[in-house]
Amino acid sequence: MASQKTRSASIPIRLLFTGPTLLIFMTVVIVPFFYGIYLTFTNWDGISTTYDMVGFANYETVWNDATFWKSFIMTLKYVLVSVILINIVAFSLAYVLTRRKKSNLFRTGFFLPNLVGGIVLGFVWQFIFNHVLAGVGIPLLQGWLADPQKALWALVTVTVWQYAGYMMVIYIAGLMNVPNDILEASSLDGAIGWKRLKSIVLPLMVPSFSVCIFLSLQRSFLVYDVNLSLTGGGPFKSTELVSMYIYNKAFLARDYGVGQAEAFVLFLMVTAITLVQVYFSKKMEVEA
Amino acid sequence: MKLAKLSLQGLRTVMLSAVLLLFLMPFLIIALNSFKENKDITSSPFALPEAWSLTNFATAYEKMNYLHAFSNSFIITVSSVLLIALFAAMTAHFFVRSNTRIDRIAFFIMVASMIIPFQAIMIPLVKIYGSLDLMNSKSTLVYLYIGFGSSLAVFIYHGFVKSIPLELEEAAMIDGCNRTQTFFKIVLPVLVPTTVTIAILNVLWIWNDFLLPSLVLIESAQRTLPLSTFNFYGTYTADFGPLMASLLLTIIPVVVVYLFAQKYIIQGVMQGSIK
Repeated sequence: MASQKTRSASIPIRLLFTGPTLLIFMTVVIVPFFYGIYLTFTNWDGISTTYDMVGFANYETVWNDATFWKSFIMTLKYVLVSVILINIVAFSLAYVLTRRKKSNLFRTGFFLPNLVGGIVLGFVWQFIFNHVLAGVGIPLLQGWLADPQKALWALVTVTVWQYAGYMMVIYIAGLMNVPNDILEASSLDGAIGWKRLKSIVLPLMVPSFSVCIFLSLQRSFLVYDVNLSLTGGGPFKSTELVSMYIYNKAFLARDYGVGQAEAFVLFLMVTAITLVQVYFSKKMEVEA
Repeated sequence: MKLAKLSLQGLRTVMLSAVLLLFLMPFLIIALNSFKENKDITSSPFALPEAWSLTNFATAYEKMNYLHAFSNSFIITVSSVLLIALFAAMTAHFFVRSNTRIDRIAFFIMVASMIIPFQAIMIPLVKIYGSLDLMNSKSTLVYLYIGFGSSLAVFIYHGFVKSIPLELEEAAMIDGCNRTQTFFKIVLPVLVPTTVTIAILNVLWIWNDFLLPSLVLIESAQRTLPLSTFNFYGTYTADFGPLMASLLLTIIPVVVVYLFAQKYIIQGVMQGSIK
């Protein structure tokens, strides 16, 4: 009886402790989420107070909207390359930096872009691409933002530069957790250099990889601000990633029902990809 | 042998420094050019300024309404972060200690919701809060930040509260503290390191966020620093001197804080990722 009393709290206490969070969370995330699903079945234009139910018409429009799928495929390409490069660069930096004693300055430096907002980073690089690299005299580096073939790679470059330092910090935390006795034992067994990295360090680092791949997947899939300030979707809409596409559809073209249906499709895709990724990383984890 | 090892390490340091320098070059170029006149910027972006002039900073400071935007950003970030931390700590603590079925379900919903991208919510959000006439207000924005930030914060606190020995709280209860007093006097102080982690993750996000404030804060008087930078950039497209200065003015405050708190920031990111 007594233990019952300490465990279950009175209603006012419950409201005091969980009320504010749950109320705000429900009204900001859950209600709009489900209301958003409802909106996908309407033809609301953003202004009028009345609208009709249109069934699955919006989803049909999305299904047949070739530009949406073009933008989606482009985003996939961007995400794939960005995620791979971010993690290669981040892990290499972390690996090099954990093997030396004085690495604070480097850690601090490589992390720096993450303190600055994507809008500012995009503008910084817009200037670099348009006015600095253009004057260096190397044809390969010129006109990236003006060329529909190259603009996406400019976006990838900035994304990798932006997030490499963040993921590096997470990899450093993981590498510092690799037990020293395992490393010593393995070096006695002759596992040094590349061999040690491949057969001892990498398998133990799977949890860090799964966190970093998760974070970089999410962030690059949903990127908006760097996209907006670096390329603005141009030239000729060649870099209009899916986030920007949805924003423009809803808020500029005032096609809210279709925009929201696209947002919902994006939600399903991101969820599916994330679940697959988490499933496979869990499967690959080993006990240290 | 030792000498060779030493020089190899020296070589590595030199190479790493070169990589870092190249990595930070974009910032350095912006900084350099913010002191120059427009015509010198485009003709030779690498050259040192002929005269180190602060005119660009004065122009940018005035035109982007810097102080105003800065204080908007400051008020929004500080109030959101404090409220997220307080509410989430209370909720997480309650979830762990009460641990009834309702608590477990609520916790699960919060964690699961973290997968919902902001883009899937933004359109209904604008419709709902717009029709309630709540747009253009800093309080609304803070409210929304609490809503979006509380899941992760509750999740991180939840993991940590579990490791606080129950005896600590029971002792306080025996000494006559009620549940609320126990939380504020005993639990909250123990949670300080976790709070630092949560505060850092949220400051990095909210201070730099663009999309959400751009949807909520439409009036120019309400603009945050990223919004005002964006707007300034759109209006003065070819005025490179002031543009560079405006970027630097936006970057400097965070870098100054970073210089003092870098240890905590790096640790915060590490902690936040492990859980």
